[in-house]
Amino acid sequence: MRVASPLRSYTGGASSVTAQGGTVAELLADLDRRYPGMRFRMIDEQGAIRPHIRLYAGTREVQGLGESMGAESVLHLICALSGG
Amino acid sequence: MGETIWIGTRKGAFALRPGARGRAYRLSGPQFLGHIIHHIVQDPRDRKVLLMAAKTGHLGPTVFRSTDRGRSWKEATRPPAFRKAGDDEKARAVARVFWLTPGHSSEPGTWYAGTAPAGLFRSVDGGDSWQPVAGFNDHPMNAKWAAGLATPDGEFLHSILVDPRDARHLYLALSIGGVFESVDGGADWAPLNHGIAADFLPDPAVPFGHDPHRVEMHPAQPDRLYQQNHCGIYRIDRPGVTWTRIGTAMPKSVGDIGFPIVLHPRDPDVAWVLPMDGTSVWPRTSVGGKPAVYQTRDAGRSWRRLSRGLPERQAWLTVLRQAMCIDARESPGLYFGTTAGEVWAGANGGASWRRIAQHLPEIYSVTFAR
Repeated sequence: MRVASPLRSYTGGASSVTAQGGTVAELLADLDRRYPGMRFRMIDEQGAIRPHIRLYAGTREVQGLGESMGAESVLHLICALSGG
Repeated sequence: MGETIWIGTRKGAFALRPGARGRAYRLSGPQFLGHIIHHIVQDPRDRKVLLMAAKTGHLGPTVFRSTDRGRSWKEATRPPAFRKAGDDEKARAVARVFWLTPGHSSEPGTWYAGTAPAGLFRSVDGGDSWQPVAGFNDHPMNAKWAAGLATPDGEFLHSILVDPRDARHLYLALSIGGVFESVDGGADWAPLNHGIAADFLPDPAVPFGHDPHRVEMHPAQPDRLYQQNHCGIYRIDRPGVTWTRIGTAMPKSVGDIGFPIVLHPRDPDVAWVLPMDGTSVWPRTSVGGKPAVYQTRDAGRSWRRLSRGLPERQAWLTVLRQAMCIDARESPGLYFGTTAGEVWAGANGGASWRRIAQHLPEIYSVTFAR
């Protein structure tokens, strides 16, 4: 997984980390086990991707956490925004 | 560390500490540079403990906790979050943690948090894990009380007040929604808005839907509450149920609109407000470009202007609802922070003012710790 800079306080500064799972939800659950608290900063309590977060499986934008990663092996965690 | 003025800003947290023998305040920070800090609150039951309400432009809301007077911080394991919505329910997600209040002295680990959209949350482990207060968030009237008439920055739950005589007696305020009271620890709530104007509504005589900007309970006389509202300054003495508009005694040329209200730590007749221009399109800046704090010493029957040391003209300050506080000295000092990043200190109850910090980011909260 490729980690945007605002999230690297959780990964000890690492820009690339490893997690396991066949779907985006499984990957994020494993990520949160490894880096507690990280998931909630990206995904709200209703399971929605937060407004200024984007997830890409390879080059395909993820629309919902139930999506399979398919053949992609890299999930990009992108922070988009944020004004002045 | 002694006395500290904690500054929450749109771009991080700062601290101001007085120098020895009246020397200039020392500014430290930023901590959490780039984070949006809505509130930093010390635990009066254990002064080493502070909680901070934070988010960033990208990342969701959370709470940080310090057990060493703000030297180091640890994120809450379970930040405030609404319960999972049912299939036929409106899904609510916390966008920001806006307000923090320590619980009763008999409940040392208890804290309350208010959020946007309007939600009430409780922690019983010192702010590490938070649970929704179902009595408010799922109250049958909640959808009407918190109807989504949001301020431009969102719909806030704020001014959570705990009666020092009774841990189960609580108040809270919604912008927009009004003031609400619980006498059973948050299991049930009722509006407490009679007497408050709601000039912006088609029916101003509604039981809720008002816009309290800040509500304070006097610590030594908890039956007395003061309120700075969108529509004036008010006081209520419980068990009375009707607020009295005490802002009518303010000079007509100044009016009684503003965001913060601050109470004297010991004298229940003494309070301070910082009037803003609430005319026409609501500039929400110092009236006439001449900033002034107003003090009452008779529970709102009269007010006096305190502006010595503040700019005399062309100063268009905005001071938000959490951005004014008072210290615990015998002759207490007042502090306010502006959206333009200045902090002002008013010694001896605001008798004279001096700027103690500038060039900070937009200030959201100013709180006192000792």
